[in-house]
Amino acid sequence: MSAQAQQPDQLLRRMALGVALAALAFAALAFASAVAQPHPPAPDSAIVKQGEYLARAGDCIACHTTPGAALFAGGRAMPTPFGTLYSSNITPDADTGIGKWTTDNFYSSMHTGRAPDGGLLYPAMPFSSYTKVTRADSDAIFAYLRAVPPVRQPNRPHDLRFPYNNRSLILGWRTLFFTEGEYKPDAAKSSEWNRGAYLVQGLGHCSMCHTPINALGGSSQSQAFQGGLIPMQNWYAPSLTSNKEAGLGDWSIADISDLLRSGVSHRGAVYGPMAEVTFDSLQYMSDDDTRAMAIYLKGLALGSIPDPVSSPMPTTESSLLTRLGESVYKGQCANCHSGDGRGMPPQFPSLAGNQSIQMGSAVNPIRMVLNGGYPPGTAGNPIPYGMPPFAQLLSDDEVAAVVTYIRTSWGNRGAAVSAAQANALRSAPLE
Amino acid sequence: MTGGPISLAAAAMIAGRHCGWFPLLALLLCSSVARAQTDRQPPDTMEARVLACVACHGPAGRGIDNDYFPRLAGKPAGYLTNQLIAFRDGRRRYTPMNYLLEFQQDSYLRQMAEYFAAQRPPPPPEIVPVVSQEILDRGRSLAMTGDAEHGVPACAACHGPAFTGMEPAIPGLLGLRASYLSAQLGAWRYGTRTATAPDCMQNVAGHLTELDVTAVTAWLAALPIPPDSSPTARGAWPLPFACGSQPK
Repeated sequence: MSAQAQQPDQLLRRMALGVALAALAFAALAFASAVAQPHPPAPDSAIVKQGEYLARAGDCIACHTTPGAALFAGGRAMPTPFGTLYSSNITPDADTGIGKWTTDNFYSSMHTGRAPDGGLLYPAMPFSSYTKVTRADSDAIFAYLRAVPPVRQPNRPHDLRFPYNNRSLILGWRTLFFTEGEYKPDAAKSSEWNRGAYLVQGLGHCSMCHTPINALGGSSQSQAFQGGLIPMQNWYAPSLTSNKEAGLGDWSIADISDLLRSGVSHRGAVYGPMAEVTFDSLQYMSDDDTRAMAIYLKGLALGSIPDPVSSPMPTTESSLLTRLGESVYKGQCANCHSGDGRGMPPQFPSLAGNQSIQMGSAVNPIRMVLNGGYPPGTAGNPIPYGMPPFAQLLSDDEVAAVVTYIRTSWGNRGAAVSAAQANALRSAPLE
Repeated sequence: MTGGPISLAAAAMIAGRHCGWFPLLALLLCSSVARAQTDRQPPDTMEARVLACVACHGPAGRGIDNDYFPRLAGKPAGYLTNQLIAFRDGRRRYTPMNYLLEFQQDSYLRQMAEYFAAQRPPPPPEIVPVVSQEILDRGRSLAMTGDAEHGVPACAACHGPAFTGMEPAIPGLLGLRASYLSAQLGAWRYGTRTATAPDCMQNVAGHLTELDVTAVTAWLAALPIPPDSSPTARGAWPLPFACGSQPK
């Protein structure tokens, strides 16, 4: 199903996701509100601390802070298939930030995706997830944002192509894909499960990447957490429901928690966009919340029977690939991942039995070989070991061969990969 | 996680000797060996942690046979730290580096820098310049005395009379190839490599002509490397202008 990445409908899905990602754009803040402003709370007050924690859970920083620049001042470019969106300034600056907002305004933007002037937010702002956040939590986040240093930095206009620059299109998108409403606990489940569900579905906005996006840039509830290629970034966000992908059905709660919070575990490590999520957000979660998310995520897995291995390549070609792959593996990989593919987890991940290597989409293993990567430096794993990039060392044939080898050895049941697939990802963006 | 090399080896020895003889002992020891093997861990060293770097920069950062992957060994730790942070934050653009460092903390980047700063691998092979003597002479003149008329200071004024750099953050210029040096001067001029303001090298690069760049990089690349090319101690000479990369 590596071939799936080549199909036209995949392109459409990528474009669709782009719309969703693009969304972070807050509407113009130029409204002049006459409503009395709440006083900024004391920076060390309990509500500000709570709000800071929740803002971490929501990963506001990932979009609203440009790397190396002022916290929450926005202006971060977010390329999409429709053009580039720029995140907004959410510091309490009165003229260029959200300094004139009220707690009602803020709750409304989170809960309904509308700016204080009634303008519609682009769905790159994950309000279809944040709508599940409680009023109390929204108020705490707002209290925290009122307490960060104000930064005077006007919002940069979005650079969207026609017809996507027409905000009224969002109305149609909302009709199809947005359901307003706070999280409703499931009385049949434990309080831990419900806490996990609240965080994953709400502030965590995991479905932004882990739910397939359709051609209109929306995600369907019936396909929740089933995985998809992230547009513009060219990483595959694996399904959280299928144990053939990132389904966590047979993972221990400890391994899931380690992966989420420290970025490495005995079952695998996070790289690419998920490394950013762990770095900016998940590493700050408490033991209890991490465990709650792990319990909920483990329960999402539907279980699955492995597909029979089907290679898009003739047998002779794939057996040639495997032989070349074995020699590349012995020369370049076995030193860390060991000859039997068991690695030295958690620092040098095991490749044998590693779900992320055997998935239908071969995008992630190919990219790991081409680009290498360090798991994020977290409190739990501050000085991680890294994987070298091999793009400069290996030919397309060698990349395809070694990825085929690791996808089909030691009991792994992935399909072979072609040199063309490897070549296509050489130009994948690295940001 | 358990069992370092010694306990692993000892367990394997005992198990190997007895597995066939005493079924109960064999069961206990052999299973513990199997467990120990799955728990094999990489060495707890910086060398093992920077394996991702040496694929391009060579073992101990000595450089490899590729013009554009520079030698890191022996550069001042402050300079290397500045570069790692600039790559992470996108102030210096080179996507493979930007990508690798994106989610690392300052303290770890400093440790990586200190590791490479402390390495003293053998110098790279000397390079025979491919430009004319006339161009080399121009390069020498620029590097040693600068071009006051065009606002170009001598490289030696900051990088040192022997071009070995100065602690904590001025890099030596030895052992780098002309194409790499030239690419850096171009990157400053076009803003893909920037440093903390005042960005003195951006200023210098902006005053150089194409011919200046060819000449000075060819001459620098051909300089012989002395046995000890360590950077000079901090404050050995005054800088001709303010430089944001130098800690105050």
